[in-house]
Amino acid sequence: MRGYLARKTVIYGLTFVVAVTLNWLIPRLMPGDPVQRMVARAAVQHPETIAAMTAYYERTFGLDLPLWQQYLNYWAALFRGDLGTSVWLFPAPVAQVVLDAVPYTLGIMIPAILLSFVIGNSVGAMAARSGWLDNVALPVGYLITAMPYMWLAILLAWGLGVALGWFPVAGGYDFGMVPQWSWAFAGDLLQHWVLPFLSLFLVSLGGWAIGMRNLIIYELESDYANYLSALGAPRRLVRRYAFRNAMLPQITGLALQLGTILGGALVTEIVFAYPGLGKLVLSAIQNQDFFLLQGTLLFVVIGVLLANFVIDIVYVLVDPRTRTGLTGATS
Amino acid sequence: MTATQPAAAPGTEAAEPPGAAPSSSATARKPGGDARETLYFALRNPKVVIGSVVVLAFLLLGLLGPLFLKFAPMDYAGPPMAPPSADFPFGTTTFGQDVFAQFVAGLRSTFLVGLLGGGVAAVIGMTIGFVAGYCGGLIDELLNMLTNVVLVIPGFVVLIIINAYLGVRSVPMQALYIGVFSWPWVARAVRAQTLSLRSRDFIDLARLSGAGVGTILRREVAPNMYSYLFMTFVLLFGGSILTAASLDFIGLGPTNAMSLGLMMNQAVQWSALHLGLWWWFVPPGLGITLIVGSLYIMNVGLDEVFNPKLREM
Repeated sequence: MRGYLARKTVIYGLTFVVAVTLNWLIPRLMPGDPVQRMVARAAVQHPETIAAMTAYYERTFGLDLPLWQQYLNYWAALFRGDLGTSVWLFPAPVAQVVLDAVPYTLGIMIPAILLSFVIGNSVGAMAARSGWLDNVALPVGYLITAMPYMWLAILLAWGLGVALGWFPVAGGYDFGMVPQWSWAFAGDLLQHWVLPFLSLFLVSLGGWAIGMRNLIIYELESDYANYLSALGAPRRLVRRYAFRNAMLPQITGLALQLGTILGGALVTEIVFAYPGLGKLVLSAIQNQDFFLLQGTLLFVVIGVLLANFVIDIVYVLVDPRTRTGLTGATS
Repeated sequence: MTATQPAAAPGTEAAEPPGAAPSSSATARKPGGDARETLYFALRNPKVVIGSVVVLAFLLLGLLGPLFLKFAPMDYAGPPMAPPSADFPFGTTTFGQDVFAQFVAGLRSTFLVGLLGGGVAAVIGMTIGFVAGYCGGLIDELLNMLTNVVLVIPGFVVLIIINAYLGVRSVPMQALYIGVFSWPWVARAVRAQTLSLRSRDFIDLARLSGAGVGTILRREVAPNMYSYLFMTFVLLFGGSILTAASLDFIGLGPTNAMSLGLMMNQAVQWSALHLGLWWWFVPPGLGITLIVGSLYIMNVGLDEVFNPKLREM
């Protein structure tokens, strides 16, 4: 188990370094100069003023130093929790802007991931070896899985939002309201939460169900299952063993898919103009605010890494083989 | 993703698509020879037949459609906001553009992205998987680490950022980016398969007869996995389409071409939802869903064709 965790830690550490470096590098390759933009926005004519402003902004964003020093400074600032200053919302610190958006994203993502995982796996397990459910669940599952995230979101917004008028289709809360701790605001928040959550939940559901169905069928056909049946073990017992074994790949799948599900959440947020990270990414791109974009990406990467790490630890708890050190070749 | 959409919820994604589960194990078979037998079972499998008919129908529509259309996708063709009619089978946009013409043009980019993006990802993933699985040792460790690193970074988010920064807005470029971020699960799967193949007798024999690594991989290992590799490509194809649709929808799509994702983007931007112009945003999404869904169902069918254990006859 120690070897397993050590291995994982090395991979996560390396990924973190690669991600941070990539994150630092990409804006430097970007066409267009944020400082020029800031200066242009001030609309001053005087060349001396322009020179002074350029120098000031370059110092503020740390762009006047040699590249290697900028890179080191970036790491140093990172460990102080400083992600720079937003150009778009100047002078708001990026860390603050991102932190304000995170709860909204987590608020739709965590319930959607967990619920679709639990319900999808249950449906899938039931569908295996149950003729009529299989015939319904399989095609429906594949169709849902094949739907683009935003299309399902658009359909929900149009059907339940515009046509039926049950839920609001844009924003995290009513534009007339001020965020506060009150029942009225909480209810409003909940109403705006339903559609983004629902679309994300539905899209993930099909994949889990299909994966579980295939895995269970595979397990039920394996030698140990046949042997148990031959010994006269009750079907329920065989299925319980099959379920346990089929869960392991699904848990790995959860880790594999975190990044993807996150991408889905970002697109969903854009459809519903939900004030989470996805909308922030879009605004940052549209306003060419690469500090904000950088900060958001970093946050997302750290989030995915942490979540993966948690899943790895859960895996140790569920799979006894990782505990005895028989990890095999797969990491 | 990958992908923009996930595999269990596959789409984009960077993760393993549904149905790529263990049932699809490559069986070591004699390469070639049984091509006719495979075709026989493929044509008798309703999943394969229906899936490929739907995909081919869309492909033909995309290829031949523009030749018969009176309007270019961006032309102002008729009255604005017209519902579907004989003249405009899918109605018109708020600007009087023909939605059907846009749909047909979008199909072209969809297939192009699927082919190129899926192709790039397949080549990278399979090469890394073969080499890592066959060579083992330090090379395996390094490639594995690379795979894990790319796997853990949220590919779609990186894709958004690269796409926004580099700003090269053409369908092939977009497909290239997508391919570069959607290979890791392929590498893992192919590596696992290669590991189980490499200790077989016929591989030892090839090694003893002095064949090089490249030759053994090409002539001995790969042919035993053709069916699996083909199915992998089908999944990558669908995943690339979904990823591209998401990117286009965010407004990071090609600027010089029409695409199905872009249609949805424009529909939402010009408030088709509130105006009730369902014919503007339903066809592009439905088209993608049908194409990708057919690919997945086809994949299940192919699994049954290639893997006799799963055949119900």
